[in-house]
Amino acid sequence: MPDNHAIAHGTDDAAHAEHPPYLRHHFNSAAQQADATNFAMWLFLLTEVMFFGGLFTAYLIYRNWYYPAFVAGSHQLNVVWGTTNTVVLILSSFTMAMGVWCAETRRRRGLVLCLSLTFLFGLVFLGIKTVEYREKIEMHHVPGFHYSLQSFLDPESNSEVYNEYHDKPLAPDMAVHTELYFSLYFLMTGMHALHMIIGIGILGFMIWRARAGAYTSGHVTFVENFGLYWHFVDIIWIYLFALLYLISRHQ
Amino acid sequence: MSDTIVSLPDQATARIPKDNYITRENGLLSWLLTGDHKRIAILYLISLSFFFFIGGALAGLIRLELLTPQTDLMATDTYNKVFTMHGVIMIFFFLVPSVPATLGNFFIPMMIGAKDLALPKVNLLSWYLYMAGGILAIVTMATGGVDTGWTFTTPLSTHYVNTNVLTTGLAAFIAGFSSIFTGLNFIVTIHKMRAPGMTWFRLPLFVWAHYAASILMVLATPVVAIAIVLVALERTIGIGIFDPTKGGDPLLFQHLFWFYSHPAVYIMILPGMGVISEVVSTFSRKRVFGYTAVAFSSVAIAVFGFFVWAHHMFIMGISNYAVLVFSLLTMLVAVPSAIKIFNWTFTLYKGSITFETPMLYAFGFMGLFTIGGMTGVFLGSSGTDIHLTETYFIVAHFHFVMVGGMLMAFLAGIHFWWPKMTGRMYPEKISQLAALITFIGFNFTFFPQFILGTLGMPRRYASYPPEFQVLNVFSTAGATILGVGYLLPVLYLIWSLKYGEIAGNNPWQATGLEWQTQSPPLTENFEVMPIMDHEAYDYEWLERQQKAEKEKEAAHAG
Repeated sequence: MPDNHAIAHGTDDAAHAEHPPYLRHHFNSAAQQADATNFAMWLFLLTEVMFFGGLFTAYLIYRNWYYPAFVAGSHQLNVVWGTTNTVVLILSSFTMAMGVWCAETRRRRGLVLCLSLTFLFGLVFLGIKTVEYREKIEMHHVPGFHYSLQSFLDPESNSEVYNEYHDKPLAPDMAVHTELYFSLYFLMTGMHALHMIIGIGILGFMIWRARAGAYTSGHVTFVENFGLYWHFVDIIWIYLFALLYLISRHQ
Repeated sequence: MSDTIVSLPDQATARIPKDNYITRENGLLSWLLTGDHKRIAILYLISLSFFFFIGGALAGLIRLELLTPQTDLMATDTYNKVFTMHGVIMIFFFLVPSVPATLGNFFIPMMIGAKDLALPKVNLLSWYLYMAGGILAIVTMATGGVDTGWTFTTPLSTHYVNTNVLTTGLAAFIAGFSSIFTGLNFIVTIHKMRAPGMTWFRLPLFVWAHYAASILMVLATPVVAIAIVLVALERTIGIGIFDPTKGGDPLLFQHLFWFYSHPAVYIMILPGMGVISEVVSTFSRKRVFGYTAVAFSSVAIAVFGFFVWAHHMFIMGISNYAVLVFSLLTMLVAVPSAIKIFNWTFTLYKGSITFETPMLYAFGFMGLFTIGGMTGVFLGSSGTDIHLTETYFIVAHFHFVMVGGMLMAFLAGIHFWWPKMTGRMYPEKISQLAALITFIGFNFTFFPQFILGTLGMPRRYASYPPEFQVLNVFSTAGATILGVGYLLPVLYLIWSLKYGEIAGNNPWQATGLEWQTQSPPLTENFEVMPIMDHEAYDYEWLERQQKAEKEKEAAHAG
């Protein structure tokens, strides 16, 4: 017989009585469960901040050291595509937020619609990103693979960019540092795209579950926490957009 | 002063409770798919011990090679691989998860009066990640190993070696996520799952120490993860981030790596300090002196721990001003560490001390950790560091802290909670002997290394000038004794699973909530949800409870 006499008296939490089906056995109430998982999500996002933080540190240091190379590298990016992608992601964050609201107010069809739109915006973002990466490959701006300094030693060779910014040629010892800029560009946007792909995968799963009504019966934690993740990925992009695309656009 | 505080139930009638977390479900799958924090802790304990003995065997090889000044046991390349794998396995697969993943996993929910950790599935996932990383490390070792040192130093790791840097890095990366998930789970659990009445300042100090260590796990580990990713990309496609020919800086790797790997030593030691707080209080029958100070010193170590990483780089060309600042900050960490040592000492003062095995290990910890910590101050002051760094002084310093400190604490904790985990006592006399052997063996192994270091013997070489041989023979002989000291507990602890005395609920008369339930505990830990109505380490409360219990029994009988 296990004895608990040392513990003065037991208690039966009031919330224990109703016991909704999604309540895991080790929590006392649905509120505690929602609270705990929500907190865990925020902590996870904190680890993500630290993860990206390493890259931002590298960016900060090299941008300070090799500022002209970073300006010239940044001018090679397509700011129209970048802006479009920023708008697409902000829209997707809006539909995600609406999705959370739909789940909270138990609108099943609204939730499915919002999640599908978010899914779609995510795919559009990745599509545009692919177009941009392709451009970089064509221009030989991918570090490690036939990286070419031509756009920086002889800016006039790329008339489109030259007509917009009238960049002066970089000295060869500065021009080599553009490779670092593009390393950081691919690392940061690539890591971000990886997060998008994971997010889109989870979204697909959620749409399938939402059609069955899994999130519109009062248990909204999963949708809420995914929403946090999605907004986080969105915010990372906004920083990336400013830091990578918008270096010294108006000299 | 009585000899012992152990109070066991009458062995003739006592039985292990039929329903407990071990017997509730049967079969291998019930273990491999469990969500129970206690079962996951046991899984971790078994796998950790496995990796510890692999790492230990490698240490044995290192010591054997260093028995003679020449390189005669293995080629220098092999020696490089052996000490690298020793470091990788011991750090990522033993020291970092050791106390948190076993004792922390098992006892944090019980100490705060919860049924489980907040995220049981994440907890299980962390064990699988740990195993995946561990197996990958073993496979790496079997298929050629890696010889960069456990620090993956660039540009050595990115440009100059052709060993398995990638797979080892991946193993460390995966193990890192296991550690992140453990820390995240602890923080959420400690915040959200405490029983009614369990306020922050009623938490056992074990929980405070784990809370501080968890903050480090969650915030520091992702940084080493990205550093490893960068090394892998630098090595495979040459992105240039750490490559000076492309404008990158190898020192950036050092910053990113030590931003994790210095806090990591606090991830390793803080949970051990938590164990010592519990053990010292229980075996001196006194509340830990300066409870609040000890609790906050854990948090202070965690906070300071984030701002000292560059002391690993004093000779690597960081600026003199940086050296000055980091040197000062490094010495500041000594303050909260000393607060702990002093408070434990004051806890002993006028306590009713008994010398059961966990207490012997705790004494070992206090002495050896103090030496390890004090020598850390030598290394933190930039002048002496230039002389001592990259010598055996460093090796001795961190082994005093990690082996003399952490491993002693781990063994103290394992013995202390063994009755609760298994329901049976370990054999007292032989385990006291093992504790003594460990202490003696440890000092023989590592104290000579301090002297070797000051004499200038560099680390990481398979050969050395003949005049260092005497001290190296001492060290190797000590390692043999130490090996016996570690083997003994494995044998008698396994023996005790079947033949140990029945422990009863609370053999130590300890006050933690985990001792107020049956041993081994139920799957849901408590029959009724506990309410905390007293401070931590309140031995008078325990006496009142036991008295009331006796009266109730007497009334019942009458």
